This record gives sequence, structure tokens and C-alpha cells, in this order.
Amino acid sequence: MKVGLFIPCYVDQFYPGAAIATLQLLEKLGVDVSYPKNQTCCGQPMANSGFAHLTGGCDKLFTESFRHFDYIVAPSGSCVLHIKEHLHSTENADDAASIRNKIYELSSFLTDILQVESLPARFPFKVGVHQSCHGQRGLYLSQMSELVAPGFSKPGKLLNMVEGIDIVQLNRPDECCGFGGTFCVAEEAVSVKMGKDRVEDHLSHGAEYITGVDMSCLMHMEGILRRQGSKVKVIHLAEILNSYQ
Amino acid sequence: MSTETKDHAALADDFNKDEDRVDWHDETLWWIRQKRDKAVNKLPDWELLRDTASAIKDNVLSNLSVYLQEFEAKAQNNGIIIHWAANAEMHNKIVLDLLKAKGIRQMVKSKSMLTEECHLNEYLENNNIEVIDSDLGERIVQLAKEPPSHIVLPCIHKKKEEIGELFHLHLGTDKGNSDPQYLTETARQHLRNIFITRRASLTGVNFAIAQTGEFVVCTNEGNADMGAHLADIHIASMGVEKIIPERKHLGVFLRLLTRSATGQPITTYSSHYSKPRDSKEIHVIIVDNGRSKQLGRADFRNSLKCIRCGACMNTCPVYRRSGGHSYHNAISGPIGAILAPNLDMEKFADLPFASTLCGSCSNVCPVKIDIHQQLYKWRQVIVQNGYAPAAKKAAMKLMSITLSSPFLYHTSGKAGRMVLRFAPFAVNNRFNPWFKQRDMPAPPDQSFGEWYAKNR
Repeated sequence: MKVGLFIPCYVDQFYPGAAIATLQLLEKLGVDVSYPKNQTCCGQPMANSGFAHLTGGCDKLFTESFRHFDYIVAPSGSCVLHIKEHLHSTENADDAASIRNKIYELSSFLTDILQVESLPARFPFKVGVHQSCHGQRGLYLSQMSELVAPGFSKPGKLLNMVEGIDIVQLNRPDECCGFGGTFCVAEEAVSVKMGKDRVEDHLSHGAEYITGVDMSCLMHMEGILRRQGSKVKVIHLAEILNSYQ
Repeated sequence: MSTETKDHAALADDFNKDEDRVDWHDETLWWIRQKRDKAVNKLPDWELLRDTASAIKDNVLSNLSVYLQEFEAKAQNNGIIIHWAANAEMHNKIVLDLLKAKGIRQMVKSKSMLTEECHLNEYLENNNIEVIDSDLGERIVQLAKEPPSHIVLPCIHKKKEEIGELFHLHLGTDKGNSDPQYLTETARQHLRNIFITRRASLTGVNFAIAQTGEFVVCTNEGNADMGAHLADIHIASMGVEKIIPERKHLGVFLRLLTRSATGQPITTYSSHYSKPRDSKEIHVIIVDNGRSKQLGRADFRNSLKCIRCGACMNTCPVYRRSGGHSYHNAISGPIGAILAPNLDMEKFADLPFASTLCGSCSNVCPVKIDIHQQLYKWRQVIVQNGYAPAAKKAAMKLMSITLSSPFLYHTSGKAGRMVLRFAPFAVNNRFNPWFKQRDMPAPPDQSFGEWYAKNR
């Protein structure tokens, strides 16, 4: 099984630690994984802003970079959802279609494809879990509070394998943090207010770390935590699953 | 309102100047969302009900003209007079002509979002007809000379102290008294007198039944009945999409409507109107006003399934923190943001962008409208039609060029991290909306790509 590692642009540039943890975790689990160096971005920043017609270049690069892999794995629910819903290529239509079906967000790749039942991980801290909307409501990584349906959580299942971790309960377990791509600057006031409220829910329940499957939500909440002078840190799910502290 | 020139982001920015008020607004609506959750979790078949309602509405939208004509024929057999209005102007004129023909200058009206959409009150007042809204929330915003901020809870943006002040000014209550029981009793007495003296009453229509020619109006206050039963002429305004095929389908929709709206099992009054009493008249105005145009838009047609429960507003994290008036449209919130651009794409070009696309709206929708997917699609349509700001177009073009080239991406990424590291003032200033209330991420020594080249 050959796995292509897709690292979203802002993770590549600002959060290499999350990417390294993803790579090391997959290697630790015996996966033959490599990182195609010509990849850039999934194109979502343009598409969600109404400029899907400008994503041709990104789609082409993405398709060329990942067409030969059996699976594509990324530490991001949002970017994976974008590829699943919107990747198109006129030159390589079949390849694009195949990529849409074989791309996985990291936690669901671990639970559904590798069917991981245990992990050599230890993280003795109080952790709040942020449900990133695109992963949760788009990729069904966990049950949604709006629906009348049995509960489940793929990231939660993995975190339960981590020794010493203390997951804190939240008042609003799946409310959006307000990042929303270009929404975070176009609607600055509401975006920040949503972020402050989300952070406060974690802080008031004693979280020492806030984790999630999307670094973009975490980057937004980190910006607010730092501005408030808080010592609480954000950490990608992969970094917890890959750590032994 | 002086909001005509401001877009959603600017109006939301104004609303957020008073953070305590934002917290209060958010918590009030979240409380209603929680009531909804409790109510729907008591029905094991909730998701089946949603699927069923969605399927019934899909059938309605695919056979709209058939059901409307069936309704018209049956209603006429029952003695109801049917009018057709292609747009808001025609609707308003029909109402005015009906009142003029009877020499009526005062009308009482129960809640109807369609008449808000048509700006009926303003039109009638300009023609010297007095209109009094009889829904308590609507009466409050009418006294405040404001539009409703929510389709089910029109004055949810007002605190009880503000309502006390309004009632003191207009209804003569004691200054400083904002006891809800006292204010409600005052409104009750005030409206009783209106009901008894008005010869014309206008109501909305929640459901019109093709099979029987009857229609159903849902209220919690009984105000539609009070108006309609006492008046000589009852005018009911309905959008073309309000039709349902058979009476038995009410069992699906009535169970969904109020659980979604407020967490109640059913509205206090679900009133069926099938024929006028002797010497009285019932008129139904069937209004298009852009609906058939929306029906022709393949990506957006199913927005017409909406039963106006307001659940998408209560759950929307943006709506709760920006307030209904920030949508500058009769119907606010997520559903308003996918309906409004159909009516005026330029004026409402901002609304589909007032969302993080979190998807909670689609999950609470009792008729399963894919609201957040339509928000995404409207963004594309709005940009394609040229309603994107020039600066945004230029930024997106530049972004597209950079991200389409691995060389440009790696060079500019490195340059960006260098700037943040050595010249943070170039980024961290008041022109950067990210930095205003949030710190920038700390730039790492190397990107993952650079690390990978060295280590693997």
C-alpha cells in the first residue's frame, strides 16, 4: 500500500510540527508513505470565496502529484473535504475521480483503513477536543449534535487509546470556532467573537491543550489565546497520537 | 433604517461593539436551540420525519402548478375567493383594492413573513390604511419602527426593559416597569380592542392543502383566529410554495414545525380555514414574487421547501452573534442568505459570504434543505455575475497564480515567514484584520517541505 502525504499549504508553512507528527505516526504504523514535493494547496481558499473558476492550476498540480498512490492522507478535514467535493481535472478526469474516492483525513484513515486498535502514545494532560465542522459535518468524523442518531467519534476513539489523557467536557461540543477561511478576515468581528467564545468553553473546563483534526481552526484559536496571554496551547491530533510524554 | 448602504460584515461589526449584548443574544437563541434538541430527541423517528417532509416537498416542487390549480378549484368550491399575484406590487394592490371596495381604512394583521417581504405595511400606510400587527413580537417591532429580526421571534433582539420603555411611550404603561406579565396583559387589552373594531383581517398561510382547498395558520397567541373570526373580510397571503398535497401530510409538518422552531410539540393554535361563514368573505392571494424564478435555478430550487421554522437561525453561530438586522432582508439568517440573492443579487451579494459553511443549518432543517451547500454555490454565482469587490478579485487572482506554481509557492512562503520573523511590523498592524484581535502564528525555521528534503 503506497500512501501519498498531502500537507495543506498553511500547515506546511506555519505548522511543520503537525506535518512531521503525521508522517512519523504513519511510518510508525508501518505505512509506506511519501510526500510529493510539487504539491501546494487544495484550492479551497479561492473556491470558498466564490472563485472556484480559478482553482484549475491547483487541481492540475494536485492530480499530477497524487494520481499514482493507493491512498492520499492529510492532517486536515477541511482540505480533504474540499478535494472530495470539488477536485476536477479536464485532462485527467479519471484520475481526479479516483483521488476523490481514495483521499482520507488522518483520523478516519487510522480508524477505517488501518483499523488501528492501540497506539504507543502517552499524553498526561487535560485536553479539550475541537470538532472542526468540515471534518465532522462534511466527512462524518463524529456524530453531530443536531441529529437524532447514535453517537460516535473517530478522533475520540483514537484519543481514548492515549495513556494518561484527560478529555474535558464542553458546554457546546460541536459549535464552529469562526475561522471559516477568508471569513476570518472578511467578517472579522463575528469571527473573533466566535473564536473567543469557543476558547472560553475550553478554558472554563480546565483544558491545558486544545486539539483537533484541523490546524486552521486551531491557528485561529491560538491567535486568540496568545492575544489573551493564555498559557493554554493548541496541538494537532497527530502530535498527541505521536507523542509519548 | 440607515442600514441600506452597509453590508453584513459592517452591520455585524456595529452589533459587536456591545459584547455583553452579543453574549445575551447568543445565549437566548442557544437556549432555544437546546429546547429544540430536547424535543426532537423525544421522537425516535425524527430523522424519518425529516426525510418524509423533504420528499413531500420535493414532490410539491415538481408538480407545483398541478397542486396550485387543484387547490384553487377546491377552495373556490368552498366559497373562498382566489387571487394570483406575480409579484409584491400586485399582491399589495390586491389587498388595497379589496379594502377600498369595502371602504375599510383599518386592518389587523397576524404574522406573515410574505407581507414583510412585500413591504405591505409601508404600502398600505402610504395609501392611508392603518395596519396593526397582532402578533406580540411583531407589534413590539412595529411600535419600535423596526423590521423583525427573526422570522419566528420578531423582537428577539429586544430586552424586556426596552419593551417596557416602548409600551410606556405608546401604550401608557408605568415608566420603568418591565414585568413581562404586566406588559403582556397591557398588550392583550390593547389588541382586544383592535380585534373587536377591525372589519378586515390579514393572515399568513403555513400550509395550503390541495386535496381539500383549506389552509392552516399556526400561531401561539391565537391572534390569527381573533382577527379572522371577528372581521367581515379575511385575506390570507400565501407564497406558491406553501401548498401540500393532502390533509394527512399535515401530520408530518405540524410535528416538525414547532419542535424545530421553539421545542414545543405543536403550536398552541393550528387553525384550519375551509370556508367563509355567512355574509363573510375569505380571500386567498397566491404570490409568486421570484419563487418560480428560484424554482428554475437547479442548484437553489429546493430552498422553496422551507416551512419558516427559524431553526437555522437559532443554530447559526454567525446569526447569534450578528443579529437578524445585519442581514438587511425580511428573512434573515442562513435561509434568508440563500433566498435573498434570488430577489436582488447585487443588493444581497454579501449574504452568502456571512457564513463559515459549518453546516449546522442543514442538519437542523426539518425539510433537509442543503443550506450550506447553497451558500457555497451562491458565492460562485455572485462572483461569476461580477458582484465581487475589485480588491478581492485581484487578491484571488494573485493567490491562484502563486498556488498554481510550486516555485512561486515555495519562494513566497519562505518570504512570508522571513517577513514575520524579521519585520513583523509589516504584517502586524491595523491594516491586517487578522492581527486586530488575534496574534499571527509564530513563523517556524523551516517549512515541512524543507524539513522533508533534509530528513527523508
